[in-house]
Amino acid sequence: MIVADRKSLQEILAMVADKKKILILGCKGCVTVCNVGGLKEVEILAASMKIARKKEGNDIDIDIQVLERQCDTEYVAGIRDVVGNYEAAVSLACGVGPQFLSEMYKDQTFYPGVNTTFFGGAVQHGIWEERCAGCGSCAIHNFGGLCPIARCAKSLMNGPCGGSSKGVCEVNKDTLCIWDAIVKKKMESGRLDDLIGVKPIKSWKTARDGGPRRSIREELVQGNI
Amino acid sequence: MSELKSGSNLEKVLKAGHFAFTGECGPPKGANVEHLKEKLSHLVGKVDAVNMTDNQTAVVRMSSWAGSILMMEQGLEPNFQMVCRDRNRLAMMSDILGAYALGVRNMLCLSGDHQSFGNHPDAKNVHDIDSMQLITMVKKMRDEGKFLNDEDIDVAPKMFIGAAANPFADPYEYRPYRLANKIAAGADFIQTQCIFNMEKFRDFMKKVVDMGLHERCYILAGVTPMKNAGMANFMSKYVPGMDIPESLIKRLKGVDKKDQAEEGIKFALEQIQEFKEMKGVAGVHLMAIEWEHKVPEIAERAGVLPRPKV
Ligand code: SF4
Ligand code: SF4
Repeated sequence: MIVADRKSLQEILAMVADKKKILILGCKGCVTVCNVGGLKEVEILAASMKIARKKEGNDIDIDIQVLERQCDTEYVAGIRDVVGNYEAAVSLACGVGPQFLSEMYKDQTFYPGVNTTFFGGAVQHGIWEERCAGCGSCAIHNFGGLCPIARCAKSLMNGPCGGSSKGVCEVNKDTLCIWDAIVKKKMESGRLDDLIGVKPIKSWKTARDGGPRRSIREELVQGNI
Repeated sequence: MSELKSGSNLEKVLKAGHFAFTGECGPPKGANVEHLKEKLSHLVGKVDAVNMTDNQTAVVRMSSWAGSILMMEQGLEPNFQMVCRDRNRLAMMSDILGAYALGVRNMLCLSGDHQSFGNHPDAKNVHDIDSMQLITMVKKMRDEGKFLNDEDIDVAPKMFIGAAANPFADPYEYRPYRLANKIAAGADFIQTQCIFNMEKFRDFMKKVVDMGLHERCYILAGVTPMKNAGMANFMSKYVPGMDIPESLIKRLKGVDKKDQAEEGIKFALEQIQEFKEMKGVAGVHLMAIEWEHKVPEIAERAGVLPRPKV
């Protein structure tokens, strides 16, 4: 899923400092799963903002809604009748949400309430980790099913670098050296041969480097499915 | 290894079977040419080639190719370092052509320390290609006369291709295989990370020799003389990939503070002596960090002077 972190209350308050009536929009997709933009978090944010503004003697009126998915025009269209009633809106969806909203409602301002970080999953309750960088040409089967593009700090295709120590990456003692894990997995399964030779230079054309990407499924476009 | 690949002095020295002795110098944090020249002046005639580092430890300095050219003006042969952190393949190929056009004949292909260690931690890291792939690219440019996209190069750069190896990084058992990959990729010579743990290095070299890697590539052992116990402590804690045995720190601490530098040099000299006899070691790469003026003395006492004329 897409993982995000909530922006600080201060940062969000500063974004809407001059507004008196706002809408906070949650999303039932990834951000609900990673506990940052679902109903519960939307309610908490609304309550905290109201309290903070009350303290300042500058009350704010806040309504909330949680959309099925903010990355889907069908659901984004659902707030058509009310979106004009507010001075601004804060979206707690990933970066896709406030963009879909901004594209549909050109007269409204949608502030991002979260910082979208990565594609990953929860490794334990409350801890999420990055797994994929969306490079557009997946080859993890060559690396024991572990992605060096997203998980090696230098995206090495032929690691590990000279900074790998005791299974930990040189960048941070809390970060696993994924190349250490790849090599150990290959060695333990007697498949060291897979790592002999140079992995060829990657084309980044399919990644973000090739420009913003688009995915077209002809059969769906034509309405055959 | 019949014909010369680049014709560099370093290549000729190694090919003639001499025990090579290379030095290292960091470009200035600015355009202070005088300071660079002063540092380099100590190395003239004492080493076969000098590495010009490329934004080492991710700290911005004068570009390594410009430093290399200034070095040549001093009568020294550069070993132009290039890291994968700061340039994409276009910038790398054009810098290789530029450096070669200006007379550079050796280069060292490196990944580069992560930018979070340096003085611009907010920078984007490039890593378009990795150090292994950089070796293949330089080799392709040299041997096939082609760019990565297979277009012909109009006068190909003929570089003597170097790579680094850190025998002390993990997973240790894999290190000889990674070295083998670098050699298969096209490395003509290897300079190892600074060696302090001799026991581990002996074991590493034994594996390397058993695999016959020393016959396919020249391996230069990395030596850094310790200035004092504090430096040993610091490196052990903060420099990635360093293996500094407690016994060495103890040995340095065991002598008077004013004698620690001499003790550090003595240890380096003992190492060089052993490397001269160690099977598979073709030379020493001396990294006397900001201690260039000590190189003549170290070279003299190590018995590697005069440097061969080839
Ligand atoms: S190889 Fe590319 S697509 Fe596959 S997991 Fe890694 S970044 Fe994602
Ligand atoms: S230590 Fe491992 S994960 Fe970190 S940059 Fe080096 S190879 Fe990549």
